[in-house]
Parts: sequence; structure tokens; C-alpha cells
Amino acid sequence: MDLTLRVWRQAGPKAAGDFKTYHVEDVSRDASFLEMLDQVNEALNAQGEEPIAFDHDCREGICGMCGVMINGTPHGPQRGTATCQLHMRKFSDGDMITVEPWRAAAFPVLRDLVVDRSPFDRIIESGGYITAPTGSAPDANLIPVPKDAVDSAFDAAACIGCGACVAACPNSAANLFTAAKIAHLNLLPQGQAERWNRTVAMVETMEEWFGSCTNHGECETACPQEISIDFIAWMNADYVRAQFKNPSKTGRDNL
Amino acid sequence: MTTAEARVDPTHRRGWWEWLGNFFTSDIGMKWLMALTGIGLLVYVLAHMLGNLKVFISAEEIDLYGEALRELGGHLFPRTSILWILRIGLIATFAVHIWAAAVLTKRNVDARGKVRYHAKRHWAAANYASRTMLWTGIIVALFVLYHLADLTWGFANPDFERGEVYANLVASFQRLPVAILYIVAQLALAFHIYHGAWSMFQSLGIAGSRYNDWRRAFAIAFAALIFVGNCSIVFGVMFRVIA
Repeated sequence: MDLTLRVWRQAGPKAAGDFKTYHVEDVSRDASFLEMLDQVNEALNAQGEEPIAFDHDCREGICGMCGVMINGTPHGPQRGTATCQLHMRKFSDGDMITVEPWRAAAFPVLRDLVVDRSPFDRIIESGGYITAPTGSAPDANLIPVPKDAVDSAFDAAACIGCGACVAACPNSAANLFTAAKIAHLNLLPQGQAERWNRTVAMVETMEEWFGSCTNHGECETACPQEISIDFIAWMNADYVRAQFKNPSKTGRDNL
Repeated sequence: MTTAEARVDPTHRRGWWEWLGNFFTSDIGMKWLMALTGIGLLVYVLAHMLGNLKVFISAEEIDLYGEALRELGGHLFPRTSILWILRIGLIATFAVHIWAAAVLTKRNVDARGKVRYHAKRHWAAANYASRTMLWTGIIVALFVLYHLADLTWGFANPDFERGEVYANLVASFQRLPVAILYIVAQLALAFHIYHGAWSMFQSLGIAGSRYNDWRRAFAIAFAALIFVGNCSIVFGVMFRVIA
């Protein structure tokens, strides 16, 4: 199939960017979106032009590196997949596809379609540690965990940190990301000791960078792991509960 | 939006006052305030509608209802004192709701950055009501001011007479532009409630498989009830059921 791409090109963080149009011919219907971009880049290389920069790594939907805005939808038109898992058969011959980087004040463009997502790392860092025993591996059944808690924690832990939730949000809020990270630790017994400190620290770090939640639900539909916005409500509840915990008795403050 | 150096130190020991201060200026805390004041305003809107439906009983009944509000507290408290306490509470609720909305909107605009998407956004979950909350909110706020000028202070209503609730209402709604304005405002209010009455549960942390089914139904029912109830009075006057 033949396609027309409108791609955001930007030479560097400070450079002014603009859209460039590329015609791609003979794209396989079985190619992934990233493979299609590879094909464009090979042609650009052959012409001696600068290839389109985009983030990618595992190309099987588990690393969270890839992610672009495709025709106004994060990760493209297919629900529950990352850009690397999107096949070109989702498009038709002759389509015009607009490809843009994630847009948010906290995610400045580094080059072309690559954005700096390090504010996510700041949120993770502020979460501190969990009291998981280190050293030799503990017996698998040493700490009983209810099945419901395991399932919910696993649903939250599926977050790959790609940033599609922020990209989809009209307020550039990172509530779904932060809620998923908070829930996957706060639901489990190993995460209880630091629960209240962690919740407050991660929420407040998030708010330094990102907007607030107005409950549109766009993040949930953009998420390649389809993480539920119920986790955001759960984070809201935990953030409030944390206010009523005696801070001198939470986590390591009481040591 | 600050640099990485200024981020939260989780080992910092805080007093409870500091925790609460942080809470009410945090985004999540402000959304709590919006939800709690939203509940207060929903209760008010419902009570206001139920009280006003007395126009369908008789002119005397609605006038007595107005008088009863001024007489709240009976002989225990001075006349209109309880009403004024309720009014001040209501004004404060409005003020907190609007203030929190303004602060959060500013933060969201800042967080969004200067460059926007060029492709038309394909909204998958956000609906018309959720995306127009700011505008329906502004319309409702401006309408409330007009409504007070029309039926409480009276300067927007040439036939206004203090205490004549029924006569004032009929005089007002018989003018077509006024009736249309009331219906448009009720439409804005219904959209605002449609998203707000669903969204508040999310902000308050009441979500999950146990709640999600009735949250949407509750919001639709509440918005529809207020819209139909309030508009019935306007239409009642227009079609001479109330005259």
C-alpha cells in the first residue's frame, strides 16, 4: 500500500519544528508502524537526508519506549497496543497519516518524535523503596497475598510507562501513570510499610510536573495496557487517607 | 513546575497542619474540594427545584413557601437570620468551587505546554459535557447572577414586587427572551451536572466494580431531573398552565 506521512521534524530541543510530508510506497500490510518508519528512514538515508528520530526498543509492547501520536490518537487507532504492535493493515491504501510527538510541558521534544520523559523517573524515584526482603529468594508462599489483591496489583503493574496517558490527557496529567505505580505497591503486603509516605511523595512529585485530572477517561482508552481509571480514584482515596495518618508513625519517620 | 532539585523529600517529617495545608493546595485536594462543594451545590439545586415546584400547587402555596424560608427558625431566631446563614454558606460553597476550578484550570493550561497537536484529536472517552465543563460552569455562574437580579433583587424585572414570588415568576417567564435564557441556562446546568455528578465520585475515590454501574446512571438521572423539573416551570408559564 502507498501512504502519505506528515511527520513532525525538529532538529533539536531548542530548534523550531515543522511538519514534513513523505510519500511511502509498497508498505506491507503486515509491517508494524515502526517498521513502516524504518522503511521511510532507509529511503531518507539513501537520499542522504537525516532519518526521522523515534524512540523504540523491544518492539513487542512491553518496554514502553515507543509511542507517537498517530492521527490524533496516542499509539494509533488500535486499542490496547503500543505503536510497535500496530500493524499497517489498520490503515488503507492512500491514507494520509499525521505523526506527532507526545505534547506536554513536562515532555519537551528532544528531536523529531522523541520526547524527554524523565519526569516519570522523578515520580518513580520519589516513591522510595519497598520492604521486600533481599538476599536469598524468599519462599514463594512466605507472605500470603489475597488473590483479588494480586490480580489488581498485577493489572496496575502492567504499566510500561510509555506516556500515552499524558499525551492523551487534555490537561497533560500523569494521574493514570502515578496511580498505577502507587496501586501496584500499595495493594501488596510488601508495600505497606512505606504506603503513606510513598503516596504523598509520588503524588506531590507528579503535581510538580503535570496537570490535574478532570476525569475525561481519555488516558484509559489510550493506555496500551488498558489500565483502568479506577486506580486514579483509588490513588485519590489513598492520598486523602495519608493526610490522616500520624506522619510520625508512617514509614521510616518513626525510626 | 519546578526543577528536579525542589522535589519532595519523603524523609521530611511534617506536622499535621503542614500535611493538611499541602492537601488543600494539591491538585487532588482541590479536586476533593470541588467534589465536596459540588455535592453541596447539587443538594441546593435539588432543594431549590423541589421548593419551586410548589408553583403547580397554587400561588398562595409558593408565596407561603418564600415566607417560610424567611421565617426559618421560627420565634427562636430573628427573622431571615437562618436564611442568611444558609445564603452565606451557599455563597462560600460557590466561591470555593469556582476558586478551585480557576486554580486547576490555570495549572492545566501551564502543564499542557505551548505547542498543541496539529491533527484533530480523536476523542475516545471524553464527551461533550466533560470537555465543556469550564464553559457550562461560566454560563451557569452568569445565569445565577441574572437570576438573582431577576427574581431576588428584582432590578432586571420591570414588574418585580418584593415577596410576590408567584407574580414575579409569571411576569418574568411570560417574556419570551427571558424564558429562552432560562432554558438555555438549564441546558448548560444539565450538561455540567451530567459530568460533575459522575466525576465527583472519581475525585472522592469512590470508583470500582461495585460503584461504576450506578455512578453514570445517577449522574444522568440527576441531570435529567433538574432539567425537567426546572424547565417545567418555565414551560408551565409559557403555556399558561401557571398564570
